[in-house]
Amino acid sequence: MNVPMSWLRQYVTLDMDIKTYADKMTLSGSKVEKIEELGKEITNVVVGKIEKVEQHPDADKLRIMQVNIGANEKIQIITAAKNVELGDVVPVALDGATLANDLKIKNSKLRGVPSQGMFCSVEELGFTQEQFPDAPEDGIYIFKQEMILGEDVKPYFGLGEEVIEYEITANRPDCFSILGIAKEASATFGVPFNFPEIEVGECSDDANSLVKINIQNEELCPRYSGRVIENVKVGPSPKWLQDRLLSAGLRPINNIVDITNFVLLEFGQPMHAFDYDKLSGREINVRNAKDGEFLVTLLGEHINLDDSMLVVADAEKPVAIAGIMGGENSKVTEETTTILFECANFDGFNVRQTSKKTNIMSDSSKKFVKGLDPNNVEPALLRAVQLLKMVTDGVNDRGSVDVYPKKREPLTISYDVDWINSFLGLSLGEDKMVEIFERLEFKVDESSKKVTIPTSRPDVTMMADLSEEVARIYGYDKIPLTLERAKPTVGVKTKEQLLIEKIRNVMHSNGVYGALTYTFESPKVYDKLNYPEGSPARDALKISNPLGEDFSIMRTTTLNGMLNALSTNYNRRNETVALYEIGKVFEKTEKDLPNEIEKLTVGMYGKDIDFYSLKGVLEGVLLALKIEKFEVKRNSTLLFMHTGRCADLFINNKYVGYFGEIHPQVAKNYDLDTRVYVCEIDIKPLLTYSKLDNIKYTALPKYPSTSRDIAMLIKKDVLVGDIEKLIKQRGGKLLTSVELFDVYEGKQIEDNQKSVAYRLVFRANDRTLTEEDVQKFMKKILQGLETEMNAKLRD
Amino acid sequence: MREKLENIRIKALEAIQDATDLKTFEDLRVNYLGKKGELTAALRGMKDLSKEERPVIGQVANEVREKVEQALASKKEALESAAQNKALQDEIIDITMSGKKMPVGKLHPLDQTLEEIQRIFMGMGYEVISGREVETSYYNFDALNLGPQHPARDEQDTFYFTPDIVLRTCTSPSQVHTMENQSLPIRMVAPGKVYRSDEVDATHSPVFHQIEGLVIDENITFGDLKGVLLEFAKRFFGDKVTLKFRPHYFPFTEPSAEVDVSCVMCEGSGCSVCKQEGFIEVLGCGMVHPKVLEMAGIDSTKYQGFAFGMGVERLTMLKYNINDLRLFYENDVRFLDQF
Repeated sequence: MNVPMSWLRQYVTLDMDIKTYADKMTLSGSKVEKIEELGKEITNVVVGKIEKVEQHPDADKLRIMQVNIGANEKIQIITAAKNVELGDVVPVALDGATLANDLKIKNSKLRGVPSQGMFCSVEELGFTQEQFPDAPEDGIYIFKQEMILGEDVKPYFGLGEEVIEYEITANRPDCFSILGIAKEASATFGVPFNFPEIEVGECSDDANSLVKINIQNEELCPRYSGRVIENVKVGPSPKWLQDRLLSAGLRPINNIVDITNFVLLEFGQPMHAFDYDKLSGREINVRNAKDGEFLVTLLGEHINLDDSMLVVADAEKPVAIAGIMGGENSKVTEETTTILFECANFDGFNVRQTSKKTNIMSDSSKKFVKGLDPNNVEPALLRAVQLLKMVTDGVNDRGSVDVYPKKREPLTISYDVDWINSFLGLSLGEDKMVEIFERLEFKVDESSKKVTIPTSRPDVTMMADLSEEVARIYGYDKIPLTLERAKPTVGVKTKEQLLIEKIRNVMHSNGVYGALTYTFESPKVYDKLNYPEGSPARDALKISNPLGEDFSIMRTTTLNGMLNALSTNYNRRNETVALYEIGKVFEKTEKDLPNEIEKLTVGMYGKDIDFYSLKGVLEGVLLALKIEKFEVKRNSTLLFMHTGRCADLFINNKYVGYFGEIHPQVAKNYDLDTRVYVCEIDIKPLLTYSKLDNIKYTALPKYPSTSRDIAMLIKKDVLVGDIEKLIKQRGGKLLTSVELFDVYEGKQIEDNQKSVAYRLVFRANDRTLTEEDVQKFMKKILQGLETEMNAKLRD
Repeated sequence: MREKLENIRIKALEAIQDATDLKTFEDLRVNYLGKKGELTAALRGMKDLSKEERPVIGQVANEVREKVEQALASKKEALESAAQNKALQDEIIDITMSGKKMPVGKLHPLDQTLEEIQRIFMGMGYEVISGREVETSYYNFDALNLGPQHPARDEQDTFYFTPDIVLRTCTSPSQVHTMENQSLPIRMVAPGKVYRSDEVDATHSPVFHQIEGLVIDENITFGDLKGVLLEFAKRFFGDKVTLKFRPHYFPFTEPSAEVDVSCVMCEGSGCSVCKQEGFIEVLGCGMVHPKVLEMAGIDSTKYQGFAFGMGVERLTMLKYNINDLRLFYENDVRFLDQF
């Protein structure tokens, strides 16, 4: 909402400086977004009259003009402009002037002849030609009315005006008007508000015989007022009216449109003017459109209507889309002599929906969608009539027809000084609160402790609302700061949140960085990831109004986000990268809401990073969460993973996720020309099976341990996991650790064999082990390896 | 004899004095004190002395021996320390070479901000609540006093799955769940992802993070809300910070406020970060609307509360002077490593 200060000052006396004004208005709830002085940069441009014209001796396209700039001071200007002639009165930029876009004007010579300034077009004063329909295209602006030579041109163009832009919140439709802002200023500064004097004079008052107004849908149109005015001459508005509109950023068009725009700005009440003679049957019917009906708008656009849309129709056809835009069929033209002013109240929600469906946003619809006060209709209409009488002579006002079936009555609510004080943390007296209510034009009855709220303030319905009014007018900044003294509570994270913290710590201590990726993505990612057709993961939750296909489904795998992040890093030449993300995937269910499943995703590539780096990080997580019962099984079925380097992780025999190397083709799909390792693990089972709550201390060993190294040749495809299982089985209780320290394939070893070496550590808690103790178990282990696994022991 | 001993003493002490390495020193030790050493030999000669001379010379001999031993000991210490110093000198390294790279990983900067905020509020007794991202429109809108006709329900702002199922547009549904499920008093913060239909640019993202706070009990005031938020702001932005509460409108609070914090860069004097305003908007807050309390089954005549919410991206960008929100979702390690 833009409000020129000079306009505002018509209704309220404000003598503070603009900065103080703006700060206080912001603190009382009308946030000042911007203070702008129109044409601030423009200086030294005055009214001048061309009194002599000569051809430039050395240039065909230049003319030498003598210009009177007042007080009989004459200057010489050389110009290439074609549209100015002897006697024209024009804006003249003098030596030292600044024009729009910081153009500086200085005395100079043009082809040897001195020039002391420049004539200006509206563009050079910072306007577009559109804003001044009477300005020539690509030419100097020529004043048509009497001007005083030598005077600054800025006031003429509405420049130098201070305009304030306010951010108006959705609960204050009343503030989308200059009068609304004026009332706020009046309440904020405690100065009187002067409602404009509206006097329309005599009226023959036979409008009912001139027009029939019929509201068929009272819900969507609570009030419709029409006023018939004869003997109208459509033409340009007087300058003061044009200036007002220009200062508020609106373009003058003709007196009728300008008046409706003036009322729109001043009262925040949209109006429309019909050519009365074009209304078939001299009838107004406010009704829902019929399917198949259409309207060609004022702007010539063909709009198909449906029965959800409210229209204003004459006896035969729609003549306007209610509250949005009038039709071409009934628009006011230069030939129009009788008009019907429409001033009505339409339902904001319906206007919003129709505006969306028809894709038309007008100044009118923008106001109606906020939800307007039907009681504003009458003064606004009278104001328009008053203005019309002011700007055109001889109009014949035939009076109004006002259809207002259910008058909106003001709401009366109770106030409780103590409650408001304790709600806000204040201790104001009743007189102070009453003063605030009265400043806001709420009527107070102190004996019954009730206030009556004007219908322009539908946001105030209960005591909490009253307390906001008290707080903002008294000043949020004056409410003392306290710390609440509610009963104590314990500030904690849940067990789950704490365990996730532990997982993060493991990541960080292993050099893995936290990443965050989008939770919605494109359905195409499943092809990119080589998910099989018909895979249940492809059945993702779809957003019905996405920002394009790329963000249209809720992810069912975190892999795409991770691979994109790795790809970004890889293609920016980051050599070694390890990332993790803790985030959700979304799984459709039979019920309305999907399952939101939290995943731990890790991805890494680079120097010295391999399958076992990733596995090490995962084992770190299991260790940190004290999960001892886990198992890793080969998985060669996932199409997006390397068939020989992918494993499933089981905890307590429950599948929790997979990890391994990405299939080279999938890596390539993400422009990753390197080996990439990823895992996707369900977090919930990690939390379920964590034994962190159950840690019991084990005494440190008192007796020394004995270690034995064994090396064996064994078939290549035997898993070390199986070898370890056998060793542990046969090693008995005294075997405390089995550590793989070498695996070798290649030279000196048969093709289908590998060499594997372990260090076994034995220890007893109650004595130092003897050679015989260890030997007994070693023998069992070695026998088992030889007989069950066909291993050949090496020396 | 005495003279001989004296000579040995002088010669030995001189030689010891001159010794420059451990090898020479060892030779000297053997030469004088060894079994076949000079002094040992001299002492052996004592047996040829008269009974009267023997104790006198014996004493001299012992003194000489002691002197020599002392000289040897101190020389040994000197030589050893010199040798050690030399070894250390030989082991001089270039301390400007960079350290060996040990693994370091870091929390994502947005999570760091979230953690910090949670820590501050946990210190004031707030528990941390995690909530759903896909919500019913009841929890996202109706229960927050956004009726069916409220403009915020327009498709422009909200992602819908069905008319009744949405991606939450703020973390406030967590408020409602908490009020419905927990006993009073409530003090909680709820961090998480939220979704709005904004195209991606330097300051917008359709997915972003918020943290929401809620306190409900008897006798909670708007002044308390101001006090708690200043306490938070001081801890988050620094002690010098000041707050400006501006009246605003949120459907779920009344009175509502937007809160500006004095610019962290210029401390309020005006700079490019705060666009010369001196203050920067950081959060929205207010007293929980009585209708919201009632809908969640809390008696609004007995209990009051306040709520506040803030954008984690925005706070993080302010804190580190980051100018492009997209950096958070690119996950370039060179970016992640800076925090």
